[in-house]
Amino acid sequence: MGLIKKYHDLLVKKEISCVELTQKYLDEINKSNGDLNAYITVTDELALENAKKVDAKIKAGEEISLLEGIPMTLKDNISTKGVETTCASKILSGYKPIYDATVYEILKSSGAVMLGKTNMDEFAMGSSSETSYFGGSKNPHNLSCCAGGSSGGGASAVGGNLAVYAIGSDTGGSIRQPASFCGVVGLKPTYGAVSRYGLIAYASSFDQIGPITKTVEDASIVFDAISKYDEKDSTSTGSNYETFNTLNDDIKGKKIGIAYEYLNGVKDEVKEAVLNASKVYESLGAEIVYFNLKELDYALPVYYILACAEASSNLGRYDGIRYGYKCEHYEGTHDMICRTRSEGFGEEVKRRILLGTYVLSAGYYDAYYKKAQNLRGSIVRAFDRAFADCDVILAPTVPMTAFKLGKAQFDPIETYLTDICTVPVNIASLPAVSVPCGIDKEGLPIGMQLIGRKFDEKTLLNIAYKYEQSTDNLKETKWGVKL
Amino acid sequence: MKYEMVAGFETHVELSTNTKIFCSCTTAFGAEPNTHCCPVCIGLPGTLPKLNEKVVEYAIMAGLATNCEIAEIAKMDRKNYCYPDLPKAYQISQYDKPLCEHGYIELSNGRKIRITRIHIEEDAGKLIHNHGDTYVDYNRGGVPLIEIVSEPDIRSPEEAREYVEKLQQIMRYIGVSDCRMQEGSMRCDVNISVREAGSEKLGTRTEIKNMNSITFITKAMQYEFERQVDLIEAGEKVVQETLRYDDATNTTSPMRGKEDAHDYRYFREPDLVTIKVEREQVEKIKACLPELPNKKLDRYINEYEISEKDSALLVKYRNIAEYFDKAAQGLKTPKSAANFILTQIFRRLETEADKEAFDIKTLPEQLNKMCKLIESGKLKNSLAKSALEKMLDSGENIEKFVSEEDMAGLDDAALTKLCQDAINNSANAVADYKSGKEKALMSILGFVMKNSKGRADANAVKEKLKELIG
Repeated sequence: MGLIKKYHDLLVKKEISCVELTQKYLDEINKSNGDLNAYITVTDELALENAKKVDAKIKAGEEISLLEGIPMTLKDNISTKGVETTCASKILSGYKPIYDATVYEILKSSGAVMLGKTNMDEFAMGSSSETSYFGGSKNPHNLSCCAGGSSGGGASAVGGNLAVYAIGSDTGGSIRQPASFCGVVGLKPTYGAVSRYGLIAYASSFDQIGPITKTVEDASIVFDAISKYDEKDSTSTGSNYETFNTLNDDIKGKKIGIAYEYLNGVKDEVKEAVLNASKVYESLGAEIVYFNLKELDYALPVYYILACAEASSNLGRYDGIRYGYKCEHYEGTHDMICRTRSEGFGEEVKRRILLGTYVLSAGYYDAYYKKAQNLRGSIVRAFDRAFADCDVILAPTVPMTAFKLGKAQFDPIETYLTDICTVPVNIASLPAVSVPCGIDKEGLPIGMQLIGRKFDEKTLLNIAYKYEQSTDNLKETKWGVKL
Repeated sequence: MKYEMVAGFETHVELSTNTKIFCSCTTAFGAEPNTHCCPVCIGLPGTLPKLNEKVVEYAIMAGLATNCEIAEIAKMDRKNYCYPDLPKAYQISQYDKPLCEHGYIELSNGRKIRITRIHIEEDAGKLIHNHGDTYVDYNRGGVPLIEIVSEPDIRSPEEAREYVEKLQQIMRYIGVSDCRMQEGSMRCDVNISVREAGSEKLGTRTEIKNMNSITFITKAMQYEFERQVDLIEAGEKVVQETLRYDDATNTTSPMRGKEDAHDYRYFREPDLVTIKVEREQVEKIKACLPELPNKKLDRYINEYEISEKDSALLVKYRNIAEYFDKAAQGLKTPKSAANFILTQIFRRLETEADKEAFDIKTLPEQLNKMCKLIESGKLKNSLAKSALEKMLDSGENIEKFVSEEDMAGLDDAALTKLCQDAINNSANAVADYKSGKEKALMSILGFVMKNSKGRADANAVKEKLKELIG
């Protein structure tokens, strides 16, 4: 059983009140957030207020949904009315939105209890959460390591029992990579499955909201709740199927593909853990098929060109005029905008805005942006071909385990390269989930990635769940706070 | 050497949809600053645009009305530039896949001004400068626009005037915009160059931005034409640049700031999906379009045999033409209805705005009825004129001013009696007539007409008098 159902049962049986459960988590935050730096904002009053409402409902004998009263957290790039939403950037410090993101509206109406807003790389640009204006989040398994990024705060919070689940966003691996580093489950849904309305954009054609949870079952419950069509997001479609009822379906005869290219340059321990997982699948009656996916060689440049191009446009609006940070001293509007942006954005954000502006510029557009757009099409088609022969693709989530603190900033290009296994999924708009599959010599979690067909989260989570049920990786860490 | 003007237009037309292009805020003009705004149209972080389908429909209407081909697949793009009135720092527009392409507008001299393309986009907000401070009003931000781009086919300020007036007229007819230049719902950028008359080569062009009056457009073009000719005559070169026109001095001067040469870094708007235009939808829209001014003009001239000048006056505003069409329904000579409109009704409409509104008390059905009575000989013209005046004053129906008796006309007995009475009272005139003075009959006729109170028909009276006098 997952953590959400466990708490749900306790709440329904009145063995614990929602206020007590929420307080337990708030206590954990008080105790450990100083070390982990998972939260930017803690909304304790709001959380307890909402918990009381759930308790009143239970007391009145009303039925509650699975997510009702479950303490959770949102990444700080998801718009929450009246609650500071900073994108971990100085430029949005103090910004309190006047509207709720659709995903938060859905969760609120399901009775979710939000504990606060979690840390991240600034504007979701980074792989260690260390580009955050508020400092990096740390790994609950080893405080000298980063939590990964960009949804590092959420993964750190879930891994460290500071929330039952976290809502993150994944543009090039930002849910899966920190989930892998922190030994938790991270689901990046199909592009369009979850509404992006209210998700502060990094790269609009890649961004997707998804859950970070302790177990696959929890990920399934949250995904089923938030994957709804939203008329406010033209690219939203909702999901075709519920995933929860088929989690335990037999996977005999399912084909699991492994692309050789995904194993290149991967740390031995990680490779071994992933191949061991394939053996588990064989023992469950699934068939392993190997193939080539050479288009993956282009994935990183395609991703960084297109994502930065979109980012350079998306981030143009932060000019100090309407909201957020504004520089103190300036002469005239132009100077004010320049200074505000120079002072308000961090190094990594500036680097990507410059890169994106460059590839869209007259004279360079064809050589970079257009070429990358064409290659994006090739990668999409390559996955289509691959899925003709298999139901899911198995790969490492990251070629290594969690980096030491400070390493990511030392060499940005080296850090970009670690996204090699996660970005292809965003390029092709596919769903993928990272599931813990081992621990390395230093005691750091290893994650494996399962990639599914578009809108087939049902098969994806079914196959992930079966693996999780047949192994005992990190089992002791799967449980929440001591009650 | 003789020079020729070569000009092309980029015309922005604000669409009169009720709501904005990407959100449900109202497009109403003239409200308190920043009261017609929402998170989407002020571009708050995380918001997403949602394309208003009415905007696509209106743009297709505009395209069809200007003989354009309508694209099956179109898309939206981002035009990136930084200016405080543009809250997202990009304008959502269309770059390489516009909704409409390859149209034209025909001028009265028979020349066709080709329309390169019509695309949809959002308007920006407005900066307000006050005592050294600058404020931004985002009410206009997100109001839908179409940009109508012409080929450089215009050869004179007169053609330019007609082109803009025609555009205005068409857009108003199909109801997609009120095209009020003074309110900014229609604005023109003019690209202008000169070349040796007869040459095929285009000269270096300048662009006069943001013109909001037809008079200024023609003046600015004339000025700019002469300026460029002077430069060439003096052996200097025309510099490709963006200009603003100063109506106080009637001169153009180079512009600096946001409109200056820019790299807009266009790329596909990832927040919006491809626009697919079903052929069925285009046909449906086509079927709903009203008769366009050019077609009406042809019909009035050729079928109704109304003069070109009068037809143009009737067609100028949709309200007049619609009124006339109703008034002319089923008439043998629609021209008579036209005459009443152009004389008696027009006399009451002093300004162009009055004519455009065409707010008159008499319903066109009443005018139609009156014209039919005249055609059937039941009502005399002279009587009709005075009746119409009273109808226009009061808004009452024709029956109120023209009695059954009036309409019944005169039967033979009544006519004979009237004529006999007149003969009896005009011994001298009768004698004159009998002695060969044809003219004398006219004075007796006048007498009869007067006594009939306009009900008698002059020809019938004449015949009757001749018969009685013998």
